[in-house]
Amino acid sequence: MKAYQRKLDIRNGCVDLSHGSGGRAMAQLISGLFHEAFGNEWLARGNDQSAFDVGAGRMVMTTDGYVVSPLFFPGGNIGSLAVHGTVNDIAMAGARPLYLSASFIIEEGFRFADLKMIAESMGEAARTAGVHIVTGDTKVVERGKADGLFISTAGVGVVPHGLDLSAENARVGDRVLISGTLGDHGVAIMSKRQNLAFETEIVSDSAALNDLVAKMVEAGGRGIRLMRDPTRGGLAATLNEIALQSDLGFHLREEAIPVKPGVAAACELLGLDPLHVANEGKLVAILAPENTAAVLAAMRAHPLGRDAADIGEAVADDHHFVQMATSFGGGRIVDWLSGEQLPRIC
Amino acid sequence: MKYADEFRDKEIALGLAKAIRAEADPQKLYRFMEFCGGHTHAISRYGLEDMLPKNVRMIHGPGCPVCVLPAGRIDMAIRLAERPDVILCVYGDLMRVPGSQGASLLKAKARGADIRMVYSTIDAIRIAQDNAGREVVFFAIGFETTTPPTAVMIRLAQKKQLENVTVFCNHVLTPPAMQNILESPDIRNIGRIEIDGFVGPAHVSTIIGTAPYEFFAEEFGKPVVIAGFEPLDMMQAILMLVRQVNEDRHEVENQYSRAVNRDGNLRAKEEVSDIFELRDQFEWRGLGQVPYSGLKLKRAYAIYDAELRCDMHELRVDDNPACECGAILRGVKKPVDCKLFGTVCTPETPMGSCMVSSEGGCAAHWTYGRFRDHQQRRVS
Repeated sequence: MKAYQRKLDIRNGCVDLSHGSGGRAMAQLISGLFHEAFGNEWLARGNDQSAFDVGAGRMVMTTDGYVVSPLFFPGGNIGSLAVHGTVNDIAMAGARPLYLSASFIIEEGFRFADLKMIAESMGEAARTAGVHIVTGDTKVVERGKADGLFISTAGVGVVPHGLDLSAENARVGDRVLISGTLGDHGVAIMSKRQNLAFETEIVSDSAALNDLVAKMVEAGGRGIRLMRDPTRGGLAATLNEIALQSDLGFHLREEAIPVKPGVAAACELLGLDPLHVANEGKLVAILAPENTAAVLAAMRAHPLGRDAADIGEAVADDHHFVQMATSFGGGRIVDWLSGEQLPRIC
Repeated sequence: MKYADEFRDKEIALGLAKAIRAEADPQKLYRFMEFCGGHTHAISRYGLEDMLPKNVRMIHGPGCPVCVLPAGRIDMAIRLAERPDVILCVYGDLMRVPGSQGASLLKAKARGADIRMVYSTIDAIRIAQDNAGREVVFFAIGFETTTPPTAVMIRLAQKKQLENVTVFCNHVLTPPAMQNILESPDIRNIGRIEIDGFVGPAHVSTIIGTAPYEFFAEEFGKPVVIAGFEPLDMMQAILMLVRQVNEDRHEVENQYSRAVNRDGNLRAKEEVSDIFELRDQFEWRGLGQVPYSGLKLKRAYAIYDAELRCDMHELRVDDNPACECGAILRGVKKPVDCKLFGTVCTPETPMGSCMVSSEGGCAAHWTYGRFRDHQQRRVS
């Protein structure tokens, strides 16, 4: 560390092309900003990779890219989101997430102060989730070639022997549980992106779900067929995907699906359907009916599953339709979204 | 959600459904067209079809301005947006509307055209102020509801003496389209139109009021009930239409009295009539040329008219000949009667107007209601 004498001017400085050149400036950035924020024994060794022990079980690996705009939003930022998203992808296998990698593509001119804030929230999110960011990469691109900052992450975890969560396990009669209110993240992002001022600030639900998953597995064991986090495309995309993979259909009850009044109102205003809006701290679980009560109770006892609900069941359906009894008394399909969800003009 | 949940009460809905069932004569067929895409969306999204007796059938009309915009106008906008000096401002749901040969504004944007999604006409003014050296064109579209905001934009541009902002005007009018549905010469080819009444537009009527429909109801002998977009509004309007048919009346009734009166919004109407005038003809996707159904800027406002200022040339593109949109928009056929429905024509690859926007009749049926086709097939 002593080789990098000059300290970064976090308050006033910004990233320039030298910070991605592989020279001293880059070393300063990595040690002065990322190592500070992520601080752990693996990073401290300063190798190009990290060697670590894993416990018994099957390894789970995932990777993801984060290109969110704006970078800072109510309830989080691109950094915490990158950690939560990757931790959740691992956790949905019923696995214990262990280690993450983080790769940064930074646009020339990006402020050190913002980068520090993002890195610190990544470190904080990782510590809360009980994972370590053990390796990474930094690239700087010319102004105009990235939208401020892109982050790529990969993660590994271990799923205990005997636990196999997968869509093909789902059966007719299985229940569909959701861990809480839908659409919070997507509406929080949209409210900032479009400069729409709502009366109540809608906060993203971005959170690591591995602890909630552990409690659910403890309560439901093999009764849990599969879990998935309904991110982009929302609950609608997730259930349509599962319906295809499991060769089933789903029947939902709109009345049972939790949506915060502020989110419902914002969606109403913009002509969006909360079932299509992204979430970053929610999960869908498909499980055997006999395990439902115990798992639901475990979810509701956890702060991230307080609003958990049983929203429907798996049915035999060659067309793989996700159907919903509307709260008004009729029926409809809950379909995939066609392209991006765009606000209607009238 | 205050002011919305009150109109989505299940118990009241069940009561209204019961009343419709009780009052609809089982020997009669009731065919009501909801003109407006917002109504089509509400019917599909809340599954209202399931709550109506089989002899009360809703026909999804042409009332979505995005759906009825002809492909040629999209091509014109794309051609304009490809000019390096132009920034084209559009409402979000126009981005995916297909022009000719699968082109769209979304694809043009990906190829480098400067196309910006806006939420209001004021956003376009702001963009014009920030880009003094470039021509900012607002792609104006919509029925009587979205025309006043375009008028406000022109007034604001005038006030701020902005010289780099223009409007590509595609505003259309509701009553001429309703009239065209019933008396167009195309009917000879399409088949007999069988409509027993209309659910009249909600937002449009807040601007124009209920009076313009009076002539229409008298001339064509069809009842009209202006209705709000909430599901209870729709159910109540359907009950009101059933009653009119049973009593052999054809009047304009106003279910949406909390927002609509007979005369409409006088100030908005004045502003619109000051700035815009009727075009002799305007093409509607699926309906063809409809006389006096579109607006353009008056000569006095020519400096804000993109078609003149940017030397835009009218482009015409024929609809797919296999597409049954004309018959579907007039209630002669259902979406499933069209060979293209769900095969080559889906919301991802729309061929005809009814599939273009989520509020089109075919798109709404595909997205929310197609499970019923399979149910019906199983029953039969």
